[in-house]
Amino acid sequence: MKEIKIVAKDLSIYYGEKVAINNMSIDIPGYKVTALIGPSGCGKSTFLRTINRMNDLIPSFRHMGEVTVDGLNIYDKDIDVVNLRKKIGMVFQRSNPFAKSIFENVAYGPRINGLKAKGQLEEIVENSLKKAAIWDEVKDRLHDSALGLSGGQQQRLCIARTLAVNPEIILMDEPASALDPISTSKIEELIHQLKESYTIVIVTHNMQQAARVSDYTAFFYLGELIEMDKTKDIFTKPAKKQTEDYITGRFG
Amino acid sequence: MKKRRDIPGKIAIGLTGMSVVIIIAIIVVMFTVIIIGGKDKFTWEFLSTFPQDGMTKGGIFPAIYGTALLVIIMAIAAVPFGTITAIYLTEYASEKSVIAKIIRFAVRTLAVVPSIIFGLFGLGFFIKFVGTGIDTAFLGGNLHWGQPNILWASLTMSLLTLPVVIVSVEEAILTVPREYREASLALGATKWQTIKKVVIPGSLQGILTGTILAVGRGAGEVAPILFTGAAYYLATLPGSLSDQFMSLGYHIYIMSTQSSNVDQTMPIQFATTLVLLLLTFVLNLIAVVIRVRIRRKQYK
Amino acid sequence: MEELSKEEKKKKRKNKEFVFTRESLKKKFRLSEFLAEKVISSVAFLSIAVIVLIFIFVFRETLPIFQTKDSQKASTEQIPTSTNSTGGELKQESYGGTETAEPASNAPLKQETYGSTGSETPASGGEKQEQYGVVTDSNLAAMETSMPEVHDTARESMASQYNENQSALRTLASKDWQPVSDRPRYGLLPLILGTLKLTLIAILFAAPIAIMAALYSSTFAPKWARETIKPVIELLAGFPSVVIGFFALMVMATLFQDLFGYASRLNSFVGGIALSLAAIPIIYTITEDALNAIPNTYREASLALGATKWQTAYNVVLPAATPGIFAAVLLGVGRVFGETMIALMATGNAAMISANPFDSIRTLSATIGAEMAEVVFGDTHYSILFLIGSLLFIFTFALNFIAEFYIKGKLMKRFQGKS
Repeated sequence: MKEIKIVAKDLSIYYGEKVAINNMSIDIPGYKVTALIGPSGCGKSTFLRTINRMNDLIPSFRHMGEVTVDGLNIYDKDIDVVNLRKKIGMVFQRSNPFAKSIFENVAYGPRINGLKAKGQLEEIVENSLKKAAIWDEVKDRLHDSALGLSGGQQQRLCIARTLAVNPEIILMDEPASALDPISTSKIEELIHQLKESYTIVIVTHNMQQAARVSDYTAFFYLGELIEMDKTKDIFTKPAKKQTEDYITGRFG
Repeated sequence: MKKRRDIPGKIAIGLTGMSVVIIIAIIVVMFTVIIIGGKDKFTWEFLSTFPQDGMTKGGIFPAIYGTALLVIIMAIAAVPFGTITAIYLTEYASEKSVIAKIIRFAVRTLAVVPSIIFGLFGLGFFIKFVGTGIDTAFLGGNLHWGQPNILWASLTMSLLTLPVVIVSVEEAILTVPREYREASLALGATKWQTIKKVVIPGSLQGILTGTILAVGRGAGEVAPILFTGAAYYLATLPGSLSDQFMSLGYHIYIMSTQSSNVDQTMPIQFATTLVLLLLTFVLNLIAVVIRVRIRRKQYK
Repeated sequence: MEELSKEEKKKKRKNKEFVFTRESLKKKFRLSEFLAEKVISSVAFLSIAVIVLIFIFVFRETLPIFQTKDSQKASTEQIPTSTNSTGGELKQESYGGTETAEPASNAPLKQETYGSTGSETPASGGEKQEQYGVVTDSNLAAMETSMPEVHDTARESMASQYNENQSALRTLASKDWQPVSDRPRYGLLPLILGTLKLTLIAILFAAPIAIMAALYSSTFAPKWARETIKPVIELLAGFPSVVIGFFALMVMATLFQDLFGYASRLNSFVGGIALSLAAIPIIYTITEDALNAIPNTYREASLALGATKWQTAYNVVLPAATPGIFAAVLLGVGRVFGETMIALMATGNAAMISANPFDSIRTLSATIGAEMAEVVFGDTHYSILFLIGSLLFIFTFALNFIAEFYIKGKLMKRFQGKS
């Protein structure tokens, strides 16, 4: 039995005149990893950024249809975007730690929520770093600049930073695309651990990665959802020809 | 293949190159002449003592002090306002907003309005309108603020240097990576929290550059303070905001044009000019260095 | 942390289950957010406000000369302000010229402070009075000979601000600038012509040199040279104008006089060359930006056809950048037109109409700079100086407006291939 967490219904997204997503519906299950795959420009990243309303930052962005989380329309007028984003964290393609210390990076979220007590902050930072499987590597240099970490460490730090806000859903936009294989496998391992307590949606270019980390896979093409199913089904017996062509590497 | 002889090209390169040489030569000559003219008088004693004997002897300490005070008060007024305007233009106003366009036009206009107009404005607005208004309202018409003083001169100067600050800060804010803003917002920070904790810390160098450039500009300008607060000679240092002050630039102007014995005080004039030139030169140099560093960061 | 039991995880989930509810995500009013936005937006309006205020307040001070009915007000205003000008002890110097206008009703306290500072700088004060007197004499003499006919009726009622303003207005178009005399004449013509002459000389010198230098550094110079030339020339922009003025007054004036052997040491030629030093960095920077803004494809297309660097520059780059260069020259004009200190120090400040570049001139801005400190606040002369300020402001505003919109529009069109 799967519980559905995120639902998009008849969703269309425009940037000015350009259609980025065309009348798409999708159900994303909770406490699973769902991978969004497809060639570049297919709308998968756009959809991801729609879930935590990061697209609001783009002036020409418009949408039709609705996106609900736990049945709540997140584009409702009454919704507080700031609080929504606290509950739907995001990890970006390029690791983007602030030019602050490791500690301050992780403490950033709790601090902006008004948490000042040093003890509590330390506890949250430690827990988050542990959950992101980077604690052992950085515990002795928490107050060094985060920019001194390696790419893979930076990305895990960004995950820790996201976890520190205690989100419900984590969106990952090609989190390992810029990393070496060892760092990538560490991130993938981490995703495995995290799905126990978080709903994870991950955009990836890398089909092996999708196959390795995800429970469900959705294939996007030209702004439409072609098909979505259990990952092992998509990769073994895709229902649509386009999906098959893509995963066998015939285009994209 | 034989290399083509490009005579017009050679001439063009020669002429244009010579223009560069002329400009640089002028700069070098100005520097050299002023250094040579002023170096003998350029001593610690000159910098640290008051003028004596009807300004024919002694130092220029009050002018240095007055200039410093002027630019400090000016910076206190111009830097926050300039920074906030830059933040509005980069973070709050959308690219197509008409208001933002008008503000940008106003900023550029401010940058080209002749400095003497600022002086007139300072006189008409700060002294005669605000100052006299304060005197009438709170001091029962006693003359206190309705006359030239260092506060009005500094505020006048701050309007003149406002565009300098705005442009520098804006440039620096644009170098703060978009990824930082997104990361902050995705963590549930509000816009203002993001600006406060990510954008402003990330553009501190730009704010610093803007401040230095503004100070350099303010230290050198004379026209705006001609009739808003600068004084020819004062026996005491300005002790309050309602005092007049001496300034390096005004000192040079007065000494070289209105002094009773221009020739006798020539070394003083050259040395004063040297002080002002060095001051603005060093400030500009620092700003250029920081700016180059910011730009490198941007392209990395 | 791996050892969390299944049970615990379940529990954790359960607690989280109701996170996305309408209540928990209800829109919040954040006071700091609201205030920040409001404060920031209002501060950003300051620049606009300053422009408007400059216009209002500079113009406001010119109003008295246009007032025909409110003459009473204008003359009453003169009394307190003339008190102002001698009241504060520190102001004694710059307003020394108004000393005689001080009414007897002055507070004893002020008299006292005035007296004490007066003794401190007797030499300079006396000096200034003397100068003042000389000017007046010569002006009087000049006026007597040149134009006696305009004032014959109005002269009787000297006390009336109204008449004074009327006659002042009538003299605006005359050929004499003699504000300090018994019969002041405020002819702006010599000032305007002087300013134009000075601007012309300065731009004729600055524009070719600056544009050629920009062409060199953007087109011909090797990379290292470009990266040195630009900041060095921009350093010239950091030279305070009073320093350039001083250099012109002390060094250039003497040098040029030795070279050309003309009569008056300070003249529009010296001033023009000095002013061009202020204009060069502006013209250079904007021209260089305009040249660099030409898409590289233009250059490459031309070079690929076998054109030399110079042919490319002359036939492709320069024409494409013309509007930008025009804007650069316009802004250079604006800079020269309004520059005060250099004009004040290097042009001789004699308001005369002459086509000879080696004659002295007096510019609009220098007139304000030189005379504002000596006028009685609120009188006709004062208002006329503000009128000159308004003219300068309107002129530079218009220049900037043209540079900004007309030229930008042209550039846009050109690069979008519509021309």
